[in-house]
Amino acid sequence: MSAAITVDGIGKRFKRYRHRPTSLKERVIRFRVASDQFWALRNVSVEIPEGQTLGLLGPNGSGKTTLLKIIAGILRPTEGTVTTNGRIAALLALGAGFHAELTGRENVYLNAAILGLSRSEIDRRFDDIVGFAELEDFIDSQVKFYSSGMYVRLGFAVAVHVDPAILLVDEVLAVGDIAFQRKCLDKVEAFQREGRTIVFVTHAPDLVHRVCDQAVMLEHGEVKAIGKPTDVVQEFRLSMSRKDLAYGWDRGTKEIEIVSAEIFGQEGETREWFAPGEEMTIQLDLKANTPVAGPVVVSFAIHDQSNMFSYGTNTDWRDVFFPERFEGKYRVQFVLKSVPFVEGRYYITLGVHSRDSTKVYHVQEQAYSFVMVRGEENPGLVYIPVECRAERL
Amino acid sequence: MRERTLATVTTSDATPTPARSDVAVRTSEPPHLHVGPRLRELWAARQILGNLVRKEIKVKYKSSVLGAAWSMLNPILYLAVFSLVFTVVLKNNIPHFPVYLLSGLLAWNLFSTSLGLGARSVVDNASLVTKVYFPRELLPLASVGTALVDFVLQGMVLLLFMAVSRSVVLGWNLLLLPLAMFALLVFTCSLNMWVAALNVRYRDTQHLVNIALLTWFWVTPVVYPSAFVWARLQPHIAFKLLYLVNPMADVVLGFQRALYGHVTPTVQRGGTAVAAPVLAPVSVTWLAMLLGAVSIGCILLFLLAWRTFFHLSGDFAEEL
Repeated sequence: MSAAITVDGIGKRFKRYRHRPTSLKERVIRFRVASDQFWALRNVSVEIPEGQTLGLLGPNGSGKTTLLKIIAGILRPTEGTVTTNGRIAALLALGAGFHAELTGRENVYLNAAILGLSRSEIDRRFDDIVGFAELEDFIDSQVKFYSSGMYVRLGFAVAVHVDPAILLVDEVLAVGDIAFQRKCLDKVEAFQREGRTIVFVTHAPDLVHRVCDQAVMLEHGEVKAIGKPTDVVQEFRLSMSRKDLAYGWDRGTKEIEIVSAEIFGQEGETREWFAPGEEMTIQLDLKANTPVAGPVVVSFAIHDQSNMFSYGTNTDWRDVFFPERFEGKYRVQFVLKSVPFVEGRYYITLGVHSRDSTKVYHVQEQAYSFVMVRGEENPGLVYIPVECRAERL
Repeated sequence: MRERTLATVTTSDATPTPARSDVAVRTSEPPHLHVGPRLRELWAARQILGNLVRKEIKVKYKSSVLGAAWSMLNPILYLAVFSLVFTVVLKNNIPHFPVYLLSGLLAWNLFSTSLGLGARSVVDNASLVTKVYFPRELLPLASVGTALVDFVLQGMVLLLFMAVSRSVVLGWNLLLLPLAMFALLVFTCSLNMWVAALNVRYRDTQHLVNIALLTWFWVTPVVYPSAFVWARLQPHIAFKLLYLVNPMADVVLGFQRALYGHVTPTVQRGGTAVAAPVLAPVSVTWLAMLLGAVSIGCILLFLLAWRTFFHLSGDFAEEL
């Protein structure tokens, strides 16, 4: 199998100006400009065989998007070589380059043309694109009136309909409603079956697990881990829990530390998506860096997308107690027998603290999340396990 | 929930469908312009150019009631103002003044509209430049394309006036039009590439362009008769050369000779016929040679500007 994308020793150096002259006048007045340089990427090499899917993981600012832009040909590398084979469609964060004043229809034509379709080809696929984006009613309004979700939907719809050999996707799957995310994943799956090459950047390790053949973890612009998704995801989780790199806040004395945490489904599989009523296990691995005296409590809290506290409990209230002197390692599992939420993304905060909360050993605030996907059989606000009977009288 | 089995990708029966075998290699080397292959690449992307032009026009006339009519109103307003000034206030003796004015203005407007749009072309399309790859040259070229649409509309206004005033000089002079047009387009494209690239780094380029255009307009014989300049500069050959170094002056001379054509028409003044010198008293052949030389110069200029643009375009996404 030949390589669709070969990234060979790529480095990208950006100049950071303290004060960049943005006018000719200033340029003349200030002859020398103070700037320092930093490497957004360094020594990145990876080969993606044709038809394979690569997941790019890494904390914010680790160079994921820069790498994607270099592969797409938007940025020029400072060192190294990138070779790509086949038409590329890149979907970089919000909207693949839409013009706010134009209507959705006009933007589709402009975008698809830039991505290499002829006018007749676009004519033929136009209805599919609009249908996929579910924007039939809005296609003739200017995109400046679109919501960010609509923007992303249209962008993704165009990108997957231009028949690319290589699809680059940047964290867009995190935006948009759940139903559309599902649809995008279906499309990604279809692309994989058709033997297309996909690179996608994500924050969601579970997605990498499920979708990718290969994964790369970047940190500070360098390859931290590369290889099988399982290994890379593990490395990513470890690194995330070790360092203050996650999106949530991470605080505490770290006398007792949350080494790692995971969310499982009923069969013990790592999951990010749950249906109402399913069983969910939140598992924490703790380690005491120094023996701690006094009653220790482990707790979790779940917040919804609007940051409203939805539910929480702790080991005390569940009648689980730790010895007076807390030392060594513990694994704590909270088994939520039936998840009552129905829709949206929920964030989990984990904490280890003393019983009276005067001492906080380690809190990972909203560092983990899961998504509820409702079926039509569960409308409403909460999930209630219902047994239904009918008998003839 | 439906069980997802994305992790197991069947590769055995997969039929890879790379759309076409287009291999792209990107290195840290600053790009070197190879005219032939790059021209082919641009030709392959001509559809994008069309779409960009269409976009520019749509954006230009979005939320305006009169829409494209503005393109025609602009020269008509110019015409009204300059006719008032030059036939009433500062009386000049140019017969068929509207045709004279419009024939020069046509060329000038293509140039100035292009440059105005061109300076902002890369910056205004930042959302495209930072999100998708396509040959960046298309942006300044699309500005010229947009101005060309105006050019055609304004040309129709000119044709209307030519028909009404029955002022058409049919002869070899008409052959100057394609030549002047060629020089004009090549010159406009070159300057567009430069200002577009410069404006990415220094945003006041677009304002400088506007000021420069204002001055430039008056060293180009659009509203005043070129015969006048000719007579004044006749004894100073160096100044005349300097005046002709301005490609826009040469192009406008060509346009006026081709579309207006009356070099020294006779006008009735106080009952007697008087010769009124309007156009520079040179032969069509002389003008053709001049425009030929200008064209060659412009082509060289274009190659230079293209190279600069191409060189800088690799870092546009970073600068925006």
